[in-house]
Amino acid sequence: MTAAPPIARRVDYEVIRDLVEPGSRILDVGCGDGALMALLERVHGVRASGIELSQSGVNRAVAMGLSVIQGDADTDLDAYPDDAFDYVILSQTIQATRDPKHVLENLLRIGRSCIVSFPNFGFWKLRLQLLVEGRMPTTGLLPDPWWATSNIHFCTIRDFVALCDEMGVELEKAIALNTGGQRIPLNAPWWFWNLLGEQAVFLLRR
Amino acid sequence: MTDGTMPTGVPRGEPTAEAHVSEREARRRREVDVPSSPVARFDDAPLVLDAGVSLPSWQIAYKTYGTLNGERTNAVLLCHALTGDQHAANRHPVTSRAGWWEALVGPGRPVDTDRFFVICANVLGGCSGTTGPASIDPATGSPYGLTMPVVTIGDMVRAQKRLVEYLGIESLFAVVGGSMGGMQVLEWGASYGESVFSALPIAAGTRHSAQNIAFHEVGRQAIMADPDWRGGRYIDEAVRPRKGLSVARMAAHITYVSQTALHRKFGRALQDRDVVTYGFEADFQIESYLRHQGSTFVDRFDANSYLYLTRAMDYFDLAVQHGGRVANAFRGTPTRWCVVSFSSDWLFPSEESRTIVHALNAAGAQVSFVEIETDKGHDAFLLEEPEFHAAVRGFLTGAARARGIDPPAPGPAA
Repeated sequence: MTAAPPIARRVDYEVIRDLVEPGSRILDVGCGDGALMALLERVHGVRASGIELSQSGVNRAVAMGLSVIQGDADTDLDAYPDDAFDYVILSQTIQATRDPKHVLENLLRIGRSCIVSFPNFGFWKLRLQLLVEGRMPTTGLLPDPWWATSNIHFCTIRDFVALCDEMGVELEKAIALNTGGQRIPLNAPWWFWNLLGEQAVFLLRR
Repeated sequence: MTDGTMPTGVPRGEPTAEAHVSEREARRRREVDVPSSPVARFDDAPLVLDAGVSLPSWQIAYKTYGTLNGERTNAVLLCHALTGDQHAANRHPVTSRAGWWEALVGPGRPVDTDRFFVICANVLGGCSGTTGPASIDPATGSPYGLTMPVVTIGDMVRAQKRLVEYLGIESLFAVVGGSMGGMQVLEWGASYGESVFSALPIAAGTRHSAQNIAFHEVGRQAIMADPDWRGGRYIDEAVRPRKGLSVARMAAHITYVSQTALHRKFGRALQDRDVVTYGFEADFQIESYLRHQGSTFVDRFDANSYLYLTRAMDYFDLAVQHGGRVANAFRGTPTRWCVVSFSSDWLFPSEESRTIVHALNAAGAQVSFVEIETDKGHDAFLLEEPEFHAAVRGFLTGAARARGIDPPAPGPAA
């Protein structure tokens, strides 16, 4: 579930940090070695829990004093009760789940709010690579070739918005980031975000 | 559960002076009623048991390490496994061997005795100073034997709670234990969660499987089939069911190690010979090793205690005790949990720990779960396992920060 390299991840961490209320209870699904949890505990004094698929990530996080369990977003979220957390965070992980819609339903059930960040497959560089080279695109954010990537359910920003509409989910906030990690102006239309955003962060409510 | 080491070539028929043996046996007997460690006595202060009866007068033997802080917030309770005792981090008074958890507990260790006040008590039903079937029944002046009521994991924990109160501690910083000790940790969290800041059940489960019960039954039958068991009255008759208890230990020992580790260590190697004898001596090293495990165990353990403690484990079922759902046991738990399992443990497989974790999640608990990759089997919790120790140290560090007490010393650099 640690799909993205660390440098690229930090960009969305900063955005997520700004979305989380201090002192809240958060669940980080696909937390890797717990870097985001540690950041939020340090900056906001949150009470953070995490789930991570890779055992080595879990062991590193627990050795740092974080509350992390080894588990799978696709199967293990069902055991969590409703409204157990203020925020459930799915950072660069939804594209690696087997059933993203079911995962999203669970996130919205478990958390009062839900923060999802993902790489935008509608990003112009990806479109151009596919158009010009006719091969599955790779970028700094998505470095693995098709046969090695754990990302099995790519989507674009517009695809994600459409799924949220279909599920009746409220889009509280949406932020698109370009390759430099800068935020694309808020008043830009979806098509613009979908073209220039390399990744996006959404704050969702039921 | 094992003695932590796996010597390959154990000499057969080791010559031991009669006097030495009888002296050790006298020490073992003494430890049952008048242990060398401190004892909390509860005279006319009955302990109510799950079996529906109570022990009017009873005692619990314990060891402590480190210093209790002024606020009394740094106490750690260690819960021992089936054949353990209170001597977690000191030389054993009977065998003179190192403490069974010195890998994990001590100055600078993950359970750091420079920072924490560590308590370890012999369980109820044990034979190392806490009331058990080998103890003298004050009502008769003779050993209880089978007149001792059957005890449960819940009874053991109730006795420990009385000890902790006796020591003037309202809230434990951590309760830590493996195997049967892990069951006690779960029971502590379920019954006295408000007194447990953090809990570490290791290589444990919420109940025994049919296979677990089956292995225990083999052990019990071996003891009871020994003519020297005498219907449980062997102490009165001045004999001991050595053979039966030894076989029980041999069978159980197999379950503590993984098939891979056992074969790597012994394979089909022969013991002190080049060819098989076409007989029934211990031709193979594994046979010699198991016999050695059996006989050294008999030197320090009581057969009836073994019956009682295995029974307590068999009876434990956290779900049944809480309306059919394990999660009910942990509803509203304020405790910080860290569940640990070992990948090659076939006595309490990781799946059992996952059940605990799912129940804790469903109860909204703060929980960590670490599965340690190792081929050493169930006994890994007693051995040098750097990744396991790093996890324990990390978890206790986070918990200590949350409690506002000194964390364990930093571990060796990863």
